Amino acid sequence: MNAVNAAGWRPSMGDSGQATGGVATASGDYGLMLEEALSFELGAEGKCGVDLDAADRAPMPGLSKFLRKEAPALPGLTEPEVVRHYTRLSRQNYAIDLGPFPLGSCTMKHNPRLNEKMARLPGFADVHPMQPQATVQGALEVIEQLADWLIGLTGMASVAMSPKAGAHGELCGLLCIRAALDARGEERDVVLVPESAHGTNPATAAFAGFKVESIPATPAGRVDLAALKEKLGPHVAGVMITNPNTCGLFEPDMKAIADAVHEAGGYVYCDGANFNAIVGKVRPGDLGVDAMHINLHKTFSTPHGGGGPGAGPVVLSEALAPFAPLPFVTRGPDGDIHLVEEENRGEGHGRSFGRMVAFHGQMGMFTRALTYILSHGADGLRQVAEDAVLNANYVLRACEDVLPAPFAKSGPCMHEALFSDSGLAEGFSTLDIAKGLIDEGFHPMTVYFPLVVKGAMLVEPTETESKAGLDRFIASLRSLAERAKAGDESLHSAPHFAPRHRLDETQAARKPVLVWQG
Amino acid sequence: MRYLPLTSADRAEMLESIGAASVDDLFVDVPAQARLPGPIEGLPAHASEMAVERHMSALAAKNLSAGSAPFFLGAGAYRHHVPSSVDHLIQRGEFLTAYTPYQPEIAQGTLQVLFEFQTQVARLFGTDIANASMYDGSTACWEAILMASRITRKGKAVLSSGLHPHYGEVVRTMAKFTRDEIVSLDTELTAEPDDAAVIAQIDDNTSCVVVQYPDVLGRIPDLAAIAEAAHAKGALLVAVVTEPVALGLIEAPGHLGADIVVGEGQSLGVGLQFGGPYLGLFGCREKFVRQMPGRLCGQTVDADGKRGFVLTLSTREQHIRREKATSNICTNSGLCALAFSIHLTLLGGGGLAKLAAVNHARAQATIERLTRIPGVELLNEAYFNEATLILPRDAREVVNELAGRGVLAGVSLGRLFPVADGLHKGLLVAATETTTDEDIETLATQLENLLVGVPA
Repeated sequence: MNAVNAAGWRPSMGDSGQATGGVATASGDYGLMLEEALSFELGAEGKCGVDLDAADRAPMPGLSKFLRKEAPALPGLTEPEVVRHYTRLSRQNYAIDLGPFPLGSCTMKHNPRLNEKMARLPGFADVHPMQPQATVQGALEVIEQLADWLIGLTGMASVAMSPKAGAHGELCGLLCIRAALDARGEERDVVLVPESAHGTNPATAAFAGFKVESIPATPAGRVDLAALKEKLGPHVAGVMITNPNTCGLFEPDMKAIADAVHEAGGYVYCDGANFNAIVGKVRPGDLGVDAMHINLHKTFSTPHGGGGPGAGPVVLSEALAPFAPLPFVTRGPDGDIHLVEEENRGEGHGRSFGRMVAFHGQMGMFTRALTYILSHGADGLRQVAEDAVLNANYVLRACEDVLPAPFAKSGPCMHEALFSDSGLAEGFSTLDIAKGLIDEGFHPMTVYFPLVVKGAMLVEPTETESKAGLDRFIASLRSLAERAKAGDESLHSAPHFAPRHRLDETQAARKPVLVWQG
Repeated sequence: MRYLPLTSADRAEMLESIGAASVDDLFVDVPAQARLPGPIEGLPAHASEMAVERHMSALAAKNLSAGSAPFFLGAGAYRHHVPSSVDHLIQRGEFLTAYTPYQPEIAQGTLQVLFEFQTQVARLFGTDIANASMYDGSTACWEAILMASRITRKGKAVLSSGLHPHYGEVVRTMAKFTRDEIVSLDTELTAEPDDAAVIAQIDDNTSCVVVQYPDVLGRIPDLAAIAEAAHAKGALLVAVVTEPVALGLIEAPGHLGADIVVGEGQSLGVGLQFGGPYLGLFGCREKFVRQMPGRLCGQTVDADGKRGFVLTLSTREQHIRREKATSNICTNSGLCALAFSIHLTLLGGGGLAKLAAVNHARAQATIERLTRIPGVELLNEAYFNEATLILPRDAREVVNELAGRGVLAGVSLGRLFPVADGLHKGLLVAATETTTDEDIETLATQLENLLVGVPA
């Protein structure tokens, strides 16, 4: 095994010999497989990648007692070194641009580059959030147009645009519910959440000050309507239902659930993470939903960026619309668009629950999402949902004979196919299949979620995949299932062909090293 | 549709292979009365790339962009020059179109960037550790208050009057629901920040004091004194930095006793973007790590003993802890963290110090010139790249009228503090390395003309 050399270079991937035919190189790199040190190990004092004129004034006297004793201990690199560092690092990532990324419930679809170009127009990218409103009418119009589309696509009464991501949108929806209950003078403190829900749902409910009680599922993977009705009562503020749900299934009783909740005096929050499956096919507003966030980074293709930024506008029913957070845009009788903020909320918006973020939300995501929506139009978005659902069902039916699909018998799935690792050879599990997919050149599906299915594998191909691409993925998944059933030991050490073999997560958590120690 | 690879023939073949007569057979679980028969009426159909570009460009053209006018706005969002390589690198598809690194073996690029980012933020803030980012400065500020209350098991937070009013509004909005007690002090036009008033509010029930540094009026609080007073009562100091470039020149809050340091990272790499997406920065003492919100990247080894990185300590997080999580945050600001990190790597510590010195010098030049105008006075005893001027008349009207003359003059305190009394003549003026002598002269001339009544 290579040691870390004096410059701190990491030992290379060639050691196992599997990827390199036993050849060892002096550099530790192998052709296009390039290792990369930390920027802190590469940099040197006195180097800089930015040319700056010297300051033409000394610090003002009043500042002298505040001056930093030493500049921050950060390495300097010149521009070519910086470009190379990040380019080399980028090559250690899998991405949608490289191939299928069927991460269930994340909707990893193609990110059109027109969206990037539009977001970078100076009129959008280089405007300040507190410029006089007369100088940003176009930016406000983007917010207005996107809001109109989201309202039209969901059949809801209004939309709160400022939440910064899906979980932030959940919080917005629950705070609207809290505000509506306060306005009614009712203290309801329980939110019902299905066991299969994404972890953000119970976390958000707790964050908003509610107690969480879970709703059981039917054997067919849906909310148990009868059990839900039993839990309803004067203490229940509302329910959080994901639809389509995290098992990739539409909740056929959604309207009945909503009616029962409303009758009991509660509100219906819908987690819209999976809206991509139904956009243009059904409007949540027709199903009795009171609030639903829309992940613009899922359904409307703003890039996931290695973990954000996202955006989570929340569409609202008539009942919750008056409580929407500040700021929002409104068009005045003069034809100009205005921001409604703390000062002008007045009587018309006096019931808003307040402000969730410093400025107006994720403008850079709004421009991208609007560009995406205009490109597809109402017809194209409907086709998106149909293709996404068709692709998922194609995977489901092509693999259900080799991997158990717990809900496949009850009918078609929506946008994602759910499998279980039951029936693999002793000692083999979902993890082995996932890591095997890496060697096959694919990003793994979502694993061990939802929690209600043993060894869950949630495959969301999205509409981005071609039939030929799906056929290749299916062949790989089938092959891995067969190998795991046959007890192929080589799967335990997969991935063999990635920049790293399996990483020791236990050690990382036991003695956390969160910053460079050098 | 240019983004949809399936052909009609593919669709027919796939439907046949799964045994469905039509795609609508796949939507049988949707109640028939809720199923839409066709594209939603009243919404336009798809459009070509050229047509969409035309539409969006027309909207963009209705805005006066910062680069096309003398520009002096700050107040929590700053216009800095972002080196070209930053935007090119973040558009590498391997960064742009990846997601949260759930599979670390094929996400070492993102993970190593996050590890470097965490180290950079910690060194900038003078804290032991930092997380992998939050949504923005205002939400990071609220999360810091929640964290302080978990650590101290006390429920009263004191907000300095120098905290950005939008941050204060976010905190007060959220606290209404969690029932944390928030003590907010009224902002007044004084040369020095309200350190003494903040200290006077600290009692045995105080979980934390929240102090912006430099504050929203550009003044610089004495963090060391506030930290000492807070610690004496068992409270924590949360420092809020909305202009990280300042930390190239003034001392890091962590070195002055701050226990948690949060901030807005937009200044480096991210750009103005009309308010978002921005970048929440979050650093703290190492002993508080298990109470921290947000994702953390940690160093480990792989099966061959090679150094690698993973997301770690996820037992704090919602996907494991559900309703007992430290926060509900999931997606954060990964790509903005990358932009920040690249920009800071280009600068290095020495470059950041130089950039900060230039910012301060440009601000001095701006303030010196503007205070030569009769009736215009400087409020601050000290400032970094932003200061408050007192005008002889309502500053909000002045800003709007100057915008009509093609000058973006700053942020009026009337806009920032719409419901406060006695602040309406205040004008917050920021300068950065992008501010030219010509910009300053244009602003000064136009402001002087306006104040003496010369028509536009």
